Amino acid sequence: MYFEQHSMTFFEKLPRLSYGLILLVLITGLIGVMALYSAAGGDFEPWAFRHGLRFAIGFAGMLVVAMIDIRWWLWLSYPIYLLSVLLLAAVEVKGHIGMGAQRWIDLGFMRLQPSEFVKIGVVMALARFFHGASPAEVKNPLFLLRPAVLVLLPAALVMMQPDLGTAVALVLAAGSIFFLAGVSYWVFAAVIAAAVAAMPVLWHFLRDYQKNRILVFLNPESDPLGAGYHIMQSKIALGSGGIGGKGFLQGTQSHLNFLPEKQTDFIFTLLAEEWGLTGAAILFLIFLLMIFYGFLIAHTSNNQYGRLVASGIAVNFALYVFINIAMVTGLIPVVGVPLPMISNGGSAMLAVLFGFGLILSVGVYRDVKLARKL
Amino acid sequence: MSKNDLERYNAFSRRAFILGGLHLGVFGALAARLGYLQVSKQDYFSTLADENRISMKYLPAARGQILDRFGVPLALNEQDFRIFLIPEQARDLEAIFHRIRDFIPFSLQDQERVMRDIRSKRAFMPVLLKDSLNWEQVSRISVNLPELPGVSVDEGRIRTYPLAESTAHIVGYVGLVAPSELTDDPIMMLPGFRIGKTGIERSFESKLRGKAGTSRVEINAVGREIREISSQPGQDGARIGLTLDAELQIYCQTRLAQEKSASAVIMDTVNGQIYAMCSSPSFDPNLFTRGISAEQWEELLANPAVPLTNKTVSGQYPPGSTFKMITALAAFESGLVQTGHSVYCPGHIEVGRDRFHCWRRGGHGNVSIVRALSESCDVYFYDIARQIGIDRIAEMARKFGMGSRLGIELPGETPGLVPDRQWKLGHMGQNWQLGETIVASIGQGYIQTTPLQLAVMTARLVNGGYAVRPTLIHSIGAKPNPEPAFASLNIEKRYLDLVLRGMNEAVNHTRGTAYESRIEEKGFDMGGKTGTAQVRRITARQREEGVRNEDLPWRHRHHALFTAYAPLDRSRYACAVVVEHGVSGSRAAAPIARDLIKKTMERNPAS
Repeated sequence: MYFEQHSMTFFEKLPRLSYGLILLVLITGLIGVMALYSAAGGDFEPWAFRHGLRFAIGFAGMLVVAMIDIRWWLWLSYPIYLLSVLLLAAVEVKGHIGMGAQRWIDLGFMRLQPSEFVKIGVVMALARFFHGASPAEVKNPLFLLRPAVLVLLPAALVMMQPDLGTAVALVLAAGSIFFLAGVSYWVFAAVIAAAVAAMPVLWHFLRDYQKNRILVFLNPESDPLGAGYHIMQSKIALGSGGIGGKGFLQGTQSHLNFLPEKQTDFIFTLLAEEWGLTGAAILFLIFLLMIFYGFLIAHTSNNQYGRLVASGIAVNFALYVFINIAMVTGLIPVVGVPLPMISNGGSAMLAVLFGFGLILSVGVYRDVKLARKL
Repeated sequence: MSKNDLERYNAFSRRAFILGGLHLGVFGALAARLGYLQVSKQDYFSTLADENRISMKYLPAARGQILDRFGVPLALNEQDFRIFLIPEQARDLEAIFHRIRDFIPFSLQDQERVMRDIRSKRAFMPVLLKDSLNWEQVSRISVNLPELPGVSVDEGRIRTYPLAESTAHIVGYVGLVAPSELTDDPIMMLPGFRIGKTGIERSFESKLRGKAGTSRVEINAVGREIREISSQPGQDGARIGLTLDAELQIYCQTRLAQEKSASAVIMDTVNGQIYAMCSSPSFDPNLFTRGISAEQWEELLANPAVPLTNKTVSGQYPPGSTFKMITALAAFESGLVQTGHSVYCPGHIEVGRDRFHCWRRGGHGNVSIVRALSESCDVYFYDIARQIGIDRIAEMARKFGMGSRLGIELPGETPGLVPDRQWKLGHMGQNWQLGETIVASIGQGYIQTTPLQLAVMTARLVNGGYAVRPTLIHSIGAKPNPEPAFASLNIEKRYLDLVLRGMNEAVNHTRGTAYESRIEEKGFDMGGKTGTAQVRRITARQREEGVRNEDLPWRHRHHALFTAYAPLDRSRYACAVVVEHGVSGSRAAAPIARDLIKKTMERNPAS
């Protein structure tokens, strides 16, 4: 039983925290507040203040999560996964209609978006699963059916919402964990080949607006006042920002409302318009460092669960960033993925902060050795 | 560490390295994409962003005022309320036209014009619905604006003409731009913009108009104005100072209004400046800027005395006896007729088989040039004309400004007609007849002159023979109109003096044709020449039966003309009066000229 190992005191844990990562999280949170202040035309209402408040709560929560023993998290992995999937299913049953898609549960004080938490739940469950698997078992494709179900069940639920972006992110993050856990390369090759072959079939399962987004993505100028408007205006905002940007609160595209959804999915556009390529590059660097910290902590961990959780969450975070930025720069269709820590929206930020709490916990408990079987 | 654990650890490290590299690659791709958008295509997207947010607005420029020589306003811009419609904001045009009639008069013509404007402009450009509204009408519209989507109230300027009828023909008026008048000047796109249609308003349109200002405004995604980025004020039009004396002009117009149809010009003999120029009847130009009704318009068009025409420059009349000075000068200058030449006038002259009558049935007896002019003996001029021929007469007429446009700064000037052999051959394909020379010698027949030409002729006679040209422009903006130096006509002074003596005695000698109209105030005395121009030939039967001209229908009666100058020496003012179908130059035109000259001398605008 792994609890028999020595439990650290609070003061023993403190020096083991990754203060670099904590600082980066703090910086991104503040950038988010600043960006939302600008999005409101230089006002803390309606977004920046609440975003700051949520960040403060989430930040404190992150530190609490960091201090909780990794063994508890290992033990809680399946229950958390189960809870998140149940919540996701509940959205399907009793959901509100918002932006044409059912995505949240109204808790009164916040709108809970289970799809954000399910991402963490899936990472935890997969880490838990592969932690308990021997290298030989991992090499057996049949052994992989159970973890595949762990992923595809919530992915299918998310897809039904319908939220294509999150579903894709979920599958990609899960795939990374399979990869890091040592699944054979040929399995990936086979799955990718099957996915490509299945694409025309999947196309039929897409909703009309999703198909439209993909078509518009392929030729945004075809419909500049309709569905292509988002992408065109976003590119105009980015492009006109130039190297130095237009200056804080000076973004014409965002402040004159040419840029839709500037406080949520398109917040990066506002930042890049006002701060230019310079500001965007600094933000890139911060994100890159955060992901790097995730991998570094995973690398220093002495248990497979910690390694997979930390790297899985880092990949998950990286996917948010990639999908969002690729989307607003017109590289991929608009799929509705927020920019983590910056976009207005509680669930995504809380989920991300919870994830970073887990990474920090992995770091604190990096020297703990965990048995493969509980 | 167990063997399994070590294997898992190594596999993880290897694959984490690969995955990390993949992440770096994706980040690199995104950074390259951003660099492409933000650096390589920055100019392109900046332009698009500006096009998105910046909209150009034009600001009206005030039209230049038109003043008289002393600064009395003849055309100015007054406050005016008007309502506009922005078509794209109006959901139902028909409903708005219908509703608006509850508050203001809005005719079908108005509606047609608005529909035309809407079609020719872009949907977000305001279109003038109605202007010249009074406060009460505007208030009613303002209160009901919520029911009239797209309608807005604006305070603008409207062109007004304080002297109304008196300066209508000279100042002209402005009107809405017709499609044929559209140029690329953006000021024309301003709603309710008006352009000069006649008179100085038209001929000096480019100076009076000014330049539209521009305002670059930032607009948001729905086109609402957020703020002004920069604005360039427009340049107001230049004010035009005319040579007219407003008071003299009003007097002249009032005096002419006593006749059914008349015109007069008073000008400076030295610098050509026109002090008064009137054509009667006239019209109120303010009707045109405020909207003329169909009935008023029909009435103006139907009037046989053509109130819309400026007869001083567009009317063409045979000069009659006012032409006799030209015949005399042509004779003396030819060397064929001596100044002392005298003719016996029995009341008529036989030329070939034709008989040409003097206006006095009994004849004048022996006449010299001075008496021939003062008593207007026709036979004297028949005689000398027969000796010199038409071409010499025509040449002299042209020297004195007849037969071509004088270049007055008004639209619609006509050249008149000075016939000669070549003209007749060219236009009628016939040879000139001697009888036509006889008729032309007393300003009858083909010859046509405008009242302005008669005034200029008189000015050139009395200014020592200089080719003075008429002008209406005193100043443009702050710059006075330069007075040009006029060339000499090279006519011997003693001939001019002789002719002027004749004109002097025509007014001031007891036997002169205009003795009744002499001015007895010392220093105000004038000289002049009467003229009575036949509109149609007097038949032998009429002559025998003694049909009086005033008993004929109005349009068959003779035109009455008079050309005058004053004072007698160093004459500064020349005046020409034409009373259409006024029967007699001495009875109808001379008294008007006398009154005008008296008033001119009182005003003395040249000093």
